[in-house]
Amino acid sequence: MKLITAIVKPFKLEDIKVALEGRGIHGMTVSEASGYGRQRGHTEVYRGAEYTVDLVPKVRIEVLVDDADADSVVTTIVDAANTGRIGDGKVWVVPVDSVVRVRTGEKGSEAL
Amino acid sequence: MTNQISSGDTAWVLVAAAMVLLMTPGLAFLYGGMTRAKSTLNMMMMSFATMGIVTLLWVIFGYSISFGHGGSFIGPISFSDLGANESALPLVNGTAPYAIPVLAFAAFQLTFAIITTALISGSIADRTKFISWCLFAGLWATLVYFPIAHWSFDFGDANGAGAGWLAARGLQDFAGGTVVEINSGIAGLAMAVVLGKRVGWRKDPMRPHNVPLVLIGAGLLWFGWFGFNAGSALGANHLAALAFMNTQIAGAVALMGWLVVEKVRDGHPTSLGAASGAVAGLVAITPSCAFVSPIGAAVIGLLAGVICSLAIGLKYRLGYDDSLDVVGLHGVGGIIGTLAIGFFGTKAVNSAGKDGLFYGGGTQLLSVQALGVVAVIAYSFIVTFAIGKFLDKTIGMRISRDDEVEGVDLTEHAETGYEFDGRGGGGAVGSTFSGHS
Repeated sequence: MKLITAIVKPFKLEDIKVALEGRGIHGMTVSEASGYGRQRGHTEVYRGAEYTVDLVPKVRIEVLVDDADADSVVTTIVDAANTGRIGDGKVWVVPVDSVVRVRTGEKGSEAL
Repeated sequence: MTNQISSGDTAWVLVAAAMVLLMTPGLAFLYGGMTRAKSTLNMMMMSFATMGIVTLLWVIFGYSISFGHGGSFIGPISFSDLGANESALPLVNGTAPYAIPVLAFAAFQLTFAIITTALISGSIADRTKFISWCLFAGLWATLVYFPIAHWSFDFGDANGAGAGWLAARGLQDFAGGTVVEINSGIAGLAMAVVLGKRVGWRKDPMRPHNVPLVLIGAGLLWFGWFGFNAGSALGANHLAALAFMNTQIAGAVALMGWLVVEKVRDGHPTSLGAASGAVAGLVAITPSCAFVSPIGAAVIGLLAGVICSLAIGLKYRLGYDDSLDVVGLHGVGGIIGTLAIGFFGTKAVNSAGKDGLFYGGGTQLLSVQALGVVAVIAYSFIVTFAIGKFLDKTIGMRISRDDEVEGVDLTEHAETGYEFDGRGGGGAVGSTFSGHS
């Protein structure tokens, strides 16, 4: 099993959700995040005082999938999240040792 | 002359008093939105506590010191009972009496004393010990506000006897350019000096945490300002209408002036700038609203919007942490408005007024206005600084460095302004109810 983590622009969340549901992925965990990469931050001005805001808002999406599905799910997320502009985010995959569904106690792929 | 009560005049002054009282919660929103999230409640509490403290002092001796027709410097320090036994305001300096009960006048003027004191809190955001603020508010109202209100606002008895020295010299201050605006602005400067800079000033981000709250506050202030200025006519009459219209004009033009400066200087007109510009214009028209023509009000508004937007940057050059720009808005705006009467004052709109320099009146009026400005700046700064230093040396004006970093809301009030726990329960994440006291 793999854990796919995607850090993307917040307004892309809905597109990614629709795209993943379209290919049978029905669960995900979403959290608000902030950070920066090459995009860096932006500047805000209050009563003439300038503030450099380094961290910009992002959404962090986590999805657990079978090994066989990992590559195609990543492609689905990347396609849905892409705007072609700097700051689109990143997607990465890490191996997962075990998964348990809390309600039933099912383990492994059964729990996904 | 008999003191006949006019129901129309009385109704207007009572409503105006309620409007001016609403300005203090409005100020709490304006200030509370501009602080960081961790100190917004303390900021608002300084305004709310002032409503309690100053009201009590007003009843005991404040009204008497301010309006008791005593010496030229202060009125009698005595329990006045707010003139509750008197039917109507007596003759004022030989002119016809205002047709309102003394109590209506006392209530109206009380709301001025409250908001002027509360205004000072903006310069000492995030770092003030609450009990020290409460003591400061009481001492400041007693030693600074009440006397200066007497100087400018007490025109004496039927013969002009017992008037304040600035009023006797013909200072024109319709609704408090000297008494309220310059006074609170300069007091704010003195207290910013006494308390010193916030931890991390000019290094840590200290962005306003809730600009919509600032705009709500600015809106309430603007609304209340009609009571402040037009209510100062103490009647429902031509002067009230003139003051009302000029108040709107100056606030509106200053709002635009501030935004133009921002657009040219920073590239973006901001919401905080719109709120600040409106306040700057309303401050500047406060002393002048019933002495200038609508065109004069527009020019005063423009001057206030442009000059104040440039003036608030000075604190970074001069190195004092006037956190929410009390000096740059109320101090500078009040000076602009008070001096402007010396140029734009015209008897054409108010027969009780005087002609300023631009209306053929020469420099006589301007020199009186300048005297008022200088006297209030000097007295307010020196006495405020002394009160602040006294409290700082005895009980301390500031919270500890650790408490300031932690957040003054939590350490001084055991509360937090916002609660985002997904469970919808009280307190911060991970909190549990542990009984009541």
